[in-house]
Amino acid sequence: MNGAIQQPQGTSAVALVRTLGIVSTVCGLIIVAAYQGTYDAAAANRRLALERTVFKVIPAAKSMSEWQATPQGIRPVGGETVAGAVKFYAAYDADGALAGIAAEGAAKGYADTVRILYGYAPACQCITGFGLVASKETPGIGDKIVTDKAFLENFKALDVKLNAELSALANEVKAVKHGTKSNPWQIDAIAGATVTSRAVGKAINDSAQLLLPKLVPELEKLGKKES
Amino acid sequence: MANVVYSLLPVCAFFVYQYGLSAAASILVVTASCLLAERFFVRTGTQAGSLSDYSATITGLLLALTLPPGFPLWMGAVAGVAAIALGKALFGGIGFNVFNPALVGRAFVQAAFPAAIATYTPSFLPNRFSEFIPSTLAWPLMAPADTAAWLKAMQYDALASASPLARWKFEGFVTPAWDLITSLAGHMAVGPSPLLILVCGAYLALRRFMDWRIPVAVLGSAGLSALVIYAAFGTKYPDPFFMLFSGGMVLGAVYMATDMATSPVTPRGMWLYGALIGVLTVVIRYYSGLPEGVMYAILIGNAATPLIERITQPTPFGKGLSIRARRSASYTMHPDYISREEAAAKTPTKRFLKNKPKKK
Amino acid sequence: MSDLSQARTFDEFMEGIWRQNPVFVMVLGMCPTLAVTVSAVNAVSMGLATMFVLVCSCGLVSLMRNIVPKEVRIATYIVIIATFVTVVDYVIQAVSLAVYDALGAFIQLIVVNCIILGRAEAHASKHPPLVAMVNALGMSLGFVIGLLALGAVREVLGAGTLFGFSLFGADFQPWVVMVLPPGGFIVLGAWLLLFSALKRRQEARLAAQGGGHGA
Repeated sequence: MNGAIQQPQGTSAVALVRTLGIVSTVCGLIIVAAYQGTYDAAAANRRLALERTVFKVIPAAKSMSEWQATPQGIRPVGGETVAGAVKFYAAYDADGALAGIAAEGAAKGYADTVRILYGYAPACQCITGFGLVASKETPGIGDKIVTDKAFLENFKALDVKLNAELSALANEVKAVKHGTKSNPWQIDAIAGATVTSRAVGKAINDSAQLLLPKLVPELEKLGKKES
Repeated sequence: MANVVYSLLPVCAFFVYQYGLSAAASILVVTASCLLAERFFVRTGTQAGSLSDYSATITGLLLALTLPPGFPLWMGAVAGVAAIALGKALFGGIGFNVFNPALVGRAFVQAAFPAAIATYTPSFLPNRFSEFIPSTLAWPLMAPADTAAWLKAMQYDALASASPLARWKFEGFVTPAWDLITSLAGHMAVGPSPLLILVCGAYLALRRFMDWRIPVAVLGSAGLSALVIYAAFGTKYPDPFFMLFSGGMVLGAVYMATDMATSPVTPRGMWLYGALIGVLTVVIRYYSGLPEGVMYAILIGNAATPLIERITQPTPFGKGLSIRARRSASYTMHPDYISREEAAAKTPTKRFLKNKPKKK
Repeated sequence: MSDLSQARTFDEFMEGIWRQNPVFVMVLGMCPTLAVTVSAVNAVSMGLATMFVLVCSCGLVSLMRNIVPKEVRIATYIVIIATFVTVVDYVIQAVSLAVYDALGAFIQLIVVNCIILGRAEAHASKHPPLVAMVNALGMSLGFVIGLLALGAVREVLGAGTLFGFSLFGADFQPWVVMVLPPGGFIVLGAWLLLFSALKRRQEARLAAQGGGHGA
């Protein structure tokens, strides 16, 4: 810290701006280099993580593509995004045939919003599985929703048929008190984790009510995976 | 404070009568761990007190009474150590603690083992004196056995092992008040009889080991606020008797809120403190995700105590509004009552108060 | 001369690890310390990320110490630190998304970690690059050790594992409180207690002939 800069009057404005300019340029270059260097790996990581969750809820899936459901119909994600569009993922099996649909749902749980990804099988019009995207539920109680075997049994074939007009679900998906499940569209809640169980039910219901009426009429559009 | 221990003995006996071997083991282990922890911290020489003041014994007994009878013994030991270490030793020992040690211990295990502490078993099981509840004997650090399966094998449904508060919160079922008061109606997951606790508390109040104002204020304000909500919103909420006699309300009001070191000493402060706890309990029980709120209400009340004391300071005649040495409570206490306000008291005053003792 | 400078360098290195440990002695950087030490892996990755930022920015600050006017030095330091934080942010995303999600916003928050700005201002701007980087390395190793001490205890009690390896078998009962914020405070308090007890005992031993024990 010796030299010209230690003059009592301080430094001239030009010197200050010049220093900051040089520092910012150098730093900007470093950032751009780092961004360019890691972009591909980061993107690949993201896709891998997403695929892993999707493939978990649709076990037959081997590849997937992103779609969105808009009021005008469904279309692949890409280009302009439409307001009010619901994103979902179409998963294809090894032969390129549609294996299932995965979509995200969220509802308020015991501690915070529970975000889940559920798999929808067009063939039986039912939910075939769900995975947790993010939750802050009490460890040991609320997080049983992904480990409790009896609870996961609910999602082997959870009925989400649409009503005759294809405008909404025929039966609302709902978590009911432990031991009182009587219909295929009900979820038997975990005793002691009722709030979280209900959140899963509500997340699926809200998301399915929004997505399925738009999706089901145009299901053939998803068709086979174009390679 | 031996008298407080004596008055707790009938309550403990009733608890053992309800739940048998497991309850007895739980009381013994929790109290022993409290005493050992106290011994350790007194011995390191950093805090006042000795085992013979019975305060650690009281902490242990109260802590055991607030835990479910089938609470694994090793977790009970953790609770006891946490109660003394975090609730008492951290602040410098007896008389210095800001929070009720037993409740600190309970809050710790509530946060650490939320599943185990919510697992109740029905009372008056036929084989309770010959068999432990399986979760009691869990290995240290290991998860307890599943009591639901054990109960199912004995033909009890899961409903009987939910505490009345949890049944109301999650299923909307209100247990009749009289069953709650006596705790004698078979196979409920409840603590010792509120009636018995009230009788034991009355003994303490008559012997001047406890100030009657605090329990009266807690129960009164809780009952009143529950009554107001019940009258205004009707059937959505349970009646005030359910509020008063379920969960740890009576035990908390009589034995925990009245803890000498953590409650205000001014008569007006006692009313305010009790009322605060009562209202908070109702609010937490009705409007939070938790079924029980007494513990957190009392801990919040403890935290507010210095403030309450400050704003309810009686003004001596001829003095201004400034804070002066306060006079004794108008309600004369038994000479053994450890109080911070008397010069001859066995314990020094709290460190953060104005009249801090000079260090030698 | 080389002997003396080596001893100096070693001293610079050890300063951060023991005498001026950022977690246990200076009690700096508490925000990441409490927030990300839920597991040992998170603690170490946070520590390494901080180490990268600290060493790189101290090196650069020290290189530029003679050309940066003192009026804009803080602004310059912040720009430099922010640059390396951004770099580390990208790198972690590329290396492991799981770690990135676990650390969350605390990676970006390294920029406000007072250890880094403190070191840049108090040390790097007054010493040549090599000394500054050695000191920064020691400081950040001390930070890693502090985080690891917390993370290990919290992971062992909170999940029964250490670095993901199960220690007690499948039946272990996790102490949920340890992975929640209160657990962080309790464990940090216990470590601080231990450190100050050790320190006091050391001082008492040094002053044994004086008979000074008290306070």
